[in-house]
Amino acid sequence: MIAEDRIAEPWGERTPYGRGDAWPDRVDTHLADGVTPDAVERWVPTASLLHSNGDAMDIAVADGRMVGVRGRASDRVNRGRLGPKDLYGWQANAAPDRLTAPLIRRDGELVETDWETAMSVVAERTRTLLDERGPGSIGFYTTGQLFLEEYYTLATLARGGIGTNHLDGNTRLCTATAAEALKESFGCDGQPGSFADIDHADVIALFGHNMAATQTVSWSRVLDRLAGPNPPAVVCVDPRTTPVARAATVHLAPRIGTNLALMNGLLHEIIENDWVDHEYVAAHTVGFEQLSKLVVDYPPERVAEICDVPVEDIRHAARLLGTADRVLSTVLQGFYQSHQATAAAMQVNNIHLLRGLLGRRGCGVLQMNGQPTAQNTRECGANGDLPGFRNWANDEHVRELAEIWNVDPGHIPHYSAPTHLMQILRYVEDGSIRFLYVTGTNPLVSLPELERVRRILSQDRLFLVVQDIFLSETARLADVVLPAATWGEKSGTFTNADRTVHLSEQAVEPPGLARSDLAILLDYAARLDLRDKDGGPLITWHTPEEAFEAWKRCSAGRPCDYTGITYDALRGGGIQWPCTPDRPEGTERLYADGSFWATPEMCEGYGRDLVTGAPWSKDEYTAFNPAGKGMIRGADYAPPHETTSADYPYQLTTGRTLYHFHTRTKTGRVPQLRAAAPEVWVELAEADARSHGWSEGDLLRVTTPRGRVRARLRVTGIRPGTVFLPFHYGYWDEPGGYRPDGEDGRAANELTLTDWDPVSKQPLFKAGVAAVERIEAGDSR
Amino acid sequence: MNKLALVIRDLHRAEGELADELLRVSDRHKADHDIFHLARDLADWSRAHQRALTRVGRPRGVRIFMETALPHKVSSAVRQRTSELLGRRHTPALLLLRDLRTVYAKAVVVSLDWEILAQSAQATEDAELLELATRCHDETLRQMQWSNAKLKESAAQAIVTP
Repeated sequence: MIAEDRIAEPWGERTPYGRGDAWPDRVDTHLADGVTPDAVERWVPTASLLHSNGDAMDIAVADGRMVGVRGRASDRVNRGRLGPKDLYGWQANAAPDRLTAPLIRRDGELVETDWETAMSVVAERTRTLLDERGPGSIGFYTTGQLFLEEYYTLATLARGGIGTNHLDGNTRLCTATAAEALKESFGCDGQPGSFADIDHADVIALFGHNMAATQTVSWSRVLDRLAGPNPPAVVCVDPRTTPVARAATVHLAPRIGTNLALMNGLLHEIIENDWVDHEYVAAHTVGFEQLSKLVVDYPPERVAEICDVPVEDIRHAARLLGTADRVLSTVLQGFYQSHQATAAAMQVNNIHLLRGLLGRRGCGVLQMNGQPTAQNTRECGANGDLPGFRNWANDEHVRELAEIWNVDPGHIPHYSAPTHLMQILRYVEDGSIRFLYVTGTNPLVSLPELERVRRILSQDRLFLVVQDIFLSETARLADVVLPAATWGEKSGTFTNADRTVHLSEQAVEPPGLARSDLAILLDYAARLDLRDKDGGPLITWHTPEEAFEAWKRCSAGRPCDYTGITYDALRGGGIQWPCTPDRPEGTERLYADGSFWATPEMCEGYGRDLVTGAPWSKDEYTAFNPAGKGMIRGADYAPPHETTSADYPYQLTTGRTLYHFHTRTKTGRVPQLRAAAPEVWVELAEADARSHGWSEGDLLRVTTPRGRVRARLRVTGIRPGTVFLPFHYGYWDEPGGYRPDGEDGRAANELTLTDWDPVSKQPLFKAGVAAVERIEAGDSR
Repeated sequence: MNKLALVIRDLHRAEGELADELLRVSDRHKADHDIFHLARDLADWSRAHQRALTRVGRPRGVRIFMETALPHKVSSAVRQRTSELLGRRHTPALLLLRDLRTVYAKAVVVSLDWEILAQSAQATEDAELLELATRCHDETLRQMQWSNAKLKESAAQAIVTP
């Protein structure tokens, strides 16, 4: 049904347009072989769940089955376009090995059981631990792939009901630094910019963001601008020669771990050349003098040496960023998962604060998300903050939340920041957490240092519940596995990386006994008999729409205000929050008037030390930023913790392919996507390959102090001295099932180190060192 | 010896003790990865302060013989291994609280010494010394803030949850 091969041409054909013009429509459709458009009985609205772009689409249904998808031309996000994962990914729903019944461990084996048995065991174990060891023995680890209604229910039952501080999302791995950098600069989470800024920008700068792979449709938008009249200049910071790098006006490929030095160098040039909007800085920011003093020490010559980047490229990039009328910056994992993550990501915000480039067309920051519903994990309080971007250290915020839930404020843990994932794992390791309930994520492939993670999660004293749609690596270690319904099989809302909320409606029935995550969580809460302080039920909702209405009350008056949104309104297309009854059309850009949600009364956090991560007190925050302005803060570059040596001469970085998502549980079961990227590979620079006498296709072994992986060599334009592995590949389709079969693994995270950014607590997947050797020559010789 | 020299030497020693303590804590809690890494990073700050004190001391008639205290590699390795072996137990969490308390206490001594030095520098209009004291003292306060924050963050789970 689509005219072209979207595996070979992931961004589709060009629809060029000029600056300020409307992005033309282009409707992408894919129907199963043999299905004609007139055979489609219904088109059911949803948005993509395999990346964070939130492309609006409709699911084609015939005979009660999904038979295809079509992009929605009217939607602001994609104007009808779909990426390869959207076009083909829906087929995973009908994979033959979907979980269709609950499983329970009996005599060491997982066997099928019924819902009553499974849920009563889960609830009973929770109750027993609560009685014997207290709420600190209970942990929850969720995802960036459920729906808003499900996260809010989970946050309510965990924080307001059970009263545990141990709830986090796998958004910790992908988007924690985005949230933290926004909080540290603007006082609160919330994407400042809009995808529509691509239409207006003169310069588009991508910092550690391979948009061509992570948000293919938005990259199509950039390519369409580049193909049209007065195209933007593109600045790319990436150690790999990605499609973005190839399209770039300037490509900076810094040494791994030196992002902050590079950013300080760019800011040095902007300040030195006085490309600063002093009026804006004076009226709307604090901290300019300290930053100016700090970046004096980062002249381009020094930065060129630290980063191993040509000095003229630094100057060129700084001139583009410093002098263009309209700059759009985007940031992703190249910064978030690397050394000094939050400090580096904040320096991108600083460029925009220094130049007053916020809240206007073409002037924006997009601190991107990795996963489709990560924004909801964050705003609903399932990822390190309290629901509604409430500040755990602000007693008034806690009191408000307690009032909404009708519980005692003291029952909501707020003695410290909610426990982040890596610390939850540590508490599982030391045995103080004895019950871990994992929803929709696969830590046995996605967390760093997998041998450690396997050891921790396979302890007998841990009761592990896994709620998923397939028997993932992690599910194989579970005591109880709960089969979930997914996208297209349940209804709910989710919010993309530019704050656009979409409604995703049920198109087909889930397979077998599978139930929606919301239904399972509501059942769990009911069995725990969670009560409010007057003895009424804590959770008063039963359907997705009721849950959404409850969430609206929780969001009221907060930056992520949903009170103007209804399911009915969303049936007309995506809406960007904040959206109130006075502003039913929503809000395209934040901070238009240079005012931020940063007053001590409003802000989501009082800030943290950018080196130690220690939280500031309310007094410290108020002294620094009494009037709630934009915060210009910097930090010195420090070398990474692990550095190359004779034993480990390469720097290791991990990343993705555009054909797979996360741990490949869905995309690995889709024929077209599986064929497009069937097996793990390893990238080296041509100079490195040549120096060893290796060539494309040779089988290599990559070794770090943590483990070993074998993979075929691809010789690419990556910077010399660097080795790259994609992180998607695990063991569910290999003999080991959940671990390597033999000495060498397949998962990149066998190699990564346990270390995280002190501020955002995001693990550093793009750090560490490695050795590389050849096991056997490939077929090419 | 003049009194200023005494202050500088005291401070140098106190910074050294803080750095040693941070390294010990780092080794002892290798299984707590952020303690392991950050305590090492923060020990570097104290070592840098020591070098700066040696530098400013020299023209002011203060001779400090840096004990070339190479890290005790063997005992450090033993501590790290012990931490890994004890990683499955929850009781060491109490030890962590005690260690953080010690770090904090040692940092307080350093902080007060920097205040003494800063006051003296002001009184003698010694701009270079004052600049150094201001800069380093700020970092000492951040070392205190870190140990205090880690303690707050860890206390509930360590004490309340068995």
